[in-house]
Amino acid sequence: MASTKAAPEASGVHGPTRAAIGVRTLREDRWWLAPLTTFVVFSAFIVYATWRAFANSHYYVGDYLSPFYSPCLTNKCGAAADFGTPFGGFPLSAALIILIFPLGFRMSCYYYRKAYYRAFWLSPPACAVAEPHTTYTGETRLPLILNNIHRYFWYAAIVVGAILTYDAALSFQNFGVDGHRSGHVGLGSLIMVVNVAFIWLYTLSCHSCRHTVGGRLRHFSKHPVRYKLWTWVSKLNVHHAKFAWYSLFSVAFADLYIYLLSNGTISEARFF
Amino acid sequence: MSVSASSTTDGDRHPMTGNQLDGNAEGGMERHTYDVVVIGAGGAGLRAAIAAHESGAKTAIVCKSLLGKAHTVMAEGGIAASMGNVYPDDNWEVHFRDTMRGGKMLNNWRMAQLHAQEAPERVMELEDWGALFDRTEDGLISQRDFGGHKYARLAHVGDRTGLEMIRTLQQRAVALGIDVFMECTITDVFKDGGRIAGAFGYWRESGRFVVFDAPSVILATGGIGKSFKVTSNSWEYTGDGHALAMRAGASLINMEFVQFHPTGMVWPPSVKGLLVTESVRGDGGILKNSDGERFMFDYIPEFFRAETADTVEEADAWYEDKKNNRRPPELLPRDEVARAINSEIKAGRGTPHGGVYLDIASRRTPEFIRKRLPSMYHQFKELADVDITSEPMEIGPTCHYVMGGVEVDADTQESAVVGLYAVGECSGGMHGSNRLGGNSLGDLLVFGKRAGEAATAYAASLGAARPQVDEADVKAAQASALAPFEVEGGENPYTIQSDLQQSMNDLVGIIRTRSELEESLREIEAFKTRASTMVVEGHRQYNPGWHLALDLRNMLIVSECIAKAALAREESRGGHTRDDFPGPNAEWGTKNLVVNLNAAGTGVDLHEKPLPVMPDELKKYFETPAAAPVVEPAETSEGDK
Amino acid sequence: MAYTLKLKIWRGDKSGGEIKDYPVEVSEGEVVLDAIHRVQGTQAGDLAVRWNCKAGKCGSCSAEINGKPRLMCMCRLSDFAEDETITVTPMRSFPVIRDLVTDVSFNYEKAKELPSFSPPPRDGDNKRRMAQIDVERGQEFRKCIECFLCQNTCHVVRDHEENKPAFAGPRFFLRYAELDMHPLDTNDRRNLAQEQAGLGMCNITKCCTEVCPEGIKITDNAIIPMKERVADVKFDPLVWLGAKIGLRTKDNDGRTEV
Repeated sequence: MASTKAAPEASGVHGPTRAAIGVRTLREDRWWLAPLTTFVVFSAFIVYATWRAFANSHYYVGDYLSPFYSPCLTNKCGAAADFGTPFGGFPLSAALIILIFPLGFRMSCYYYRKAYYRAFWLSPPACAVAEPHTTYTGETRLPLILNNIHRYFWYAAIVVGAILTYDAALSFQNFGVDGHRSGHVGLGSLIMVVNVAFIWLYTLSCHSCRHTVGGRLRHFSKHPVRYKLWTWVSKLNVHHAKFAWYSLFSVAFADLYIYLLSNGTISEARFF
Repeated sequence: MSVSASSTTDGDRHPMTGNQLDGNAEGGMERHTYDVVVIGAGGAGLRAAIAAHESGAKTAIVCKSLLGKAHTVMAEGGIAASMGNVYPDDNWEVHFRDTMRGGKMLNNWRMAQLHAQEAPERVMELEDWGALFDRTEDGLISQRDFGGHKYARLAHVGDRTGLEMIRTLQQRAVALGIDVFMECTITDVFKDGGRIAGAFGYWRESGRFVVFDAPSVILATGGIGKSFKVTSNSWEYTGDGHALAMRAGASLINMEFVQFHPTGMVWPPSVKGLLVTESVRGDGGILKNSDGERFMFDYIPEFFRAETADTVEEADAWYEDKKNNRRPPELLPRDEVARAINSEIKAGRGTPHGGVYLDIASRRTPEFIRKRLPSMYHQFKELADVDITSEPMEIGPTCHYVMGGVEVDADTQESAVVGLYAVGECSGGMHGSNRLGGNSLGDLLVFGKRAGEAATAYAASLGAARPQVDEADVKAAQASALAPFEVEGGENPYTIQSDLQQSMNDLVGIIRTRSELEESLREIEAFKTRASTMVVEGHRQYNPGWHLALDLRNMLIVSECIAKAALAREESRGGHTRDDFPGPNAEWGTKNLVVNLNAAGTGVDLHEKPLPVMPDELKKYFETPAAAPVVEPAETSEGDK
Repeated sequence: MAYTLKLKIWRGDKSGGEIKDYPVEVSEGEVVLDAIHRVQGTQAGDLAVRWNCKAGKCGSCSAEINGKPRLMCMCRLSDFAEDETITVTPMRSFPVIRDLVTDVSFNYEKAKELPSFSPPPRDGDNKRRMAQIDVERGQEFRKCIECFLCQNTCHVVRDHEENKPAFAGPRFFLRYAELDMHPLDTNDRRNLAQEQAGLGMCNITKCCTEVCPEGIKITDNAIIPMKERVADVKFDPLVWLGAKIGLRTKDNDGRTEV
């Protein structure tokens, strides 16, 4: 976005026309707490997700398929390859084929943008706290201008959401691979259902979704159905940031659970 | 320490406004030539400037604050205009009749007529310029009920109609490219012979003086509320237009009529006087004293007894069934309610902060209150930390609006001085002795447009033979503006202002008597003496002490007008209540009181003047005797300008 | 209830200034602006401060209180402990004039650059018809009291003076959005919003929304929808293709680009 050089004394709030107040902010509250928390948690997720995406192992157990690897399009997922294996013997991790979609969706998400611009780029770190950069061009140039195609990632996110829903539904099948189709309810299924619920809430509360279903209209009165959809999405949209966090946790937790099941650290808790 | 002086050279533009500056020393003089100069950028001033510009005049707007901050933003209720969107039966004749009856027949009939006829088109213009009014089911501008209006008539946007109006007009003025002199105060108008030649002012920011050469000056400066301690008005309301007009030789009428709204906040001190909308009572709120007694039943005057409930049961039933029950006494006309509240407080039954309780919490559900009174809920929550859904409000009367103002020609808004026009609250006549809610926003638009056009036509008619500003007058104006800096050892203007406000509140408030009014005139004389030696510290650059010192002169002169007219009018009518002359007097109902600056320029002279005679074709609308007060239904009003 | 407030006020002008102590008597129920007025009336008659309505409706008394952009009239002293120091400074994004007064002409200049509302002729009966649900979005934005706190807090200009010519700021994105959502307007300002007003400079960090005293959801309801609308014309090949082959919403018909 810009140079990271520390601001010389004569720019921004220290510029020659501004009120001469030495410090970058007079805020006395813990304004640094929110960006710091975001930084720590997101960093932890990135580390975890990177490790898991490249790990290429322990991502499915029976019909439980980690959301990081779904849909699995290579021939290394056994029965979890529900959508065929077009990538057959892809040498690297199966996650790398599909992760671009959820990753792109989140990277270009209006909420995540706010969060990472603040926490990682300190632009600004908090309101009325001077940022450290000398120049700033916002989202007018590559690569950040690409954030404007968020809607295409949203289209993909709907597909991802549908696949994860399918995964969650399949997880209620019998754990074994003996062809027996009787249902069961295990903790893993519940985790996957909760995860997919948060994924959907996050996907449907998206600003691009809000725009697409009706926000782009100028005459709600002529499109009553789209207006209704828009009001629903608007209600969800208020909580978009919350859903972004919940779904981040849930997706990591679902993966972790499957990983731990898969490597035998824990065993499945079955309700029936 | 001077900002502008250090950096300004010939050809620089003013940092706030982009206007061209002349002269480069601090105190240097800046000079502009216009066809029409509008003083004030509230609804009336902006509408006048737009009209002047559109009819071809080179127009300037000069305002004390930033553009878009004028007191019009505080108006809540709506713009009264008989568009008939809700009740097709409504038309200008009904509106005219309502206005005259509301003003207790003391209105200038021609102004009331023009207002009623032209308001609908003025509202439509706002919509053409981008205003987003609330809509009816079929997409037209919605109209709301209000006190004194027979039909639902107020075009509105929630309870922030004034903001919508000023923003729309502001955006229109900007789109037209009208020059705006923000934070610039006019202290004098110049004349050449009997005609206006220009105006003199200073930039609040730099203290630099400005001379406007202009044959037409439109005063749109608003009211006088800051002369009173408890008021819903902002600091700008110092009666500048009233005083400028008088000093130029024009006269004021109806100055004794000051509208006190019965319900203003009394606590916390920072918002004392801030309006609490009438709809709190309309939606079921009741008034109680510190003994918990619903006291309004003790104050039903004989005149309204027939139409007012005398039992709690009947009053409470009215909200559900208006046909078979009489109105609760809380909804008596504003002056009656204000007087009752005043009496309770004086009798020692007031609240800890010197008001009475307005209680809706015990009478309606929290959901109902939050839905019907969102801005009141917000206002008390944010400013007083009072949750009106669970505890009563403390309220008391507050100075709200002055009906009086510059005496003008109804069709052109021109004062007695050729080239000097007045519109909006600073003009007089339109509202008679009492203004109906919703009529002031309409007033601003209708007469703003008329004044702008008339001022342009007059300026155009002069050709090259324009009145010239006399340089001696400029020097005199400059000396007069700088006088507060010349004094040594005098008093601080803040103290004098605060004493004046207290005095006016105590002696010329809602309830007046001869002895108190005489006392107030004596006190005003004393204030004038003190003000002649007041001292200002610091320098001319953005110095609020100096600004106040200059505004204070205007406050003193209008205060004297009010007190003098109030002493002369020996009756009670509309916004003027005399303890020693309760009730209206038919003979007083036929005349206005007119005030002028006296020959020495040190005080005011007063004389009576018969009301303009209404033509017979309009008289037919009035069956009630002229002096009879009129009940103002208040059940659905929402804020009050 | 009265106590002495430890008040600090920035005094100075373009040539420099400092934060000075003005211990002042305050009482229960007062706001910061009351304390400022008392300082003005008793200790510093020439203390420059802008204010008008003192009720949060005009947006004049914008300042920074303990570093946070706020209206002085809506900042209650009871929100602070009695022994807490309150520091009041002018808005830091605009050139200072004197004391708490800044030169906010940036905003008035930006207002001039925005093409105004342009309606079609009225209906046959000389009235206009718009549905309530079609005007409600715009009505939210028109609650704006032009306090310019959003403009002040936006880092795009607060921290980068050089961006001022190319960036209109949140207050005017609100206006672009209002007009773009207006059911009658005939101007299409979407390209203008991106090119001239600098919508792309906004990185939606939401400080404008955080400081808005009117509680307008500037980012979620105006800026992001406006970014999406701009994406429709500038960044979305499908919408572009749809327009080429005539497959598109008729909802924008009757508008011409300005």
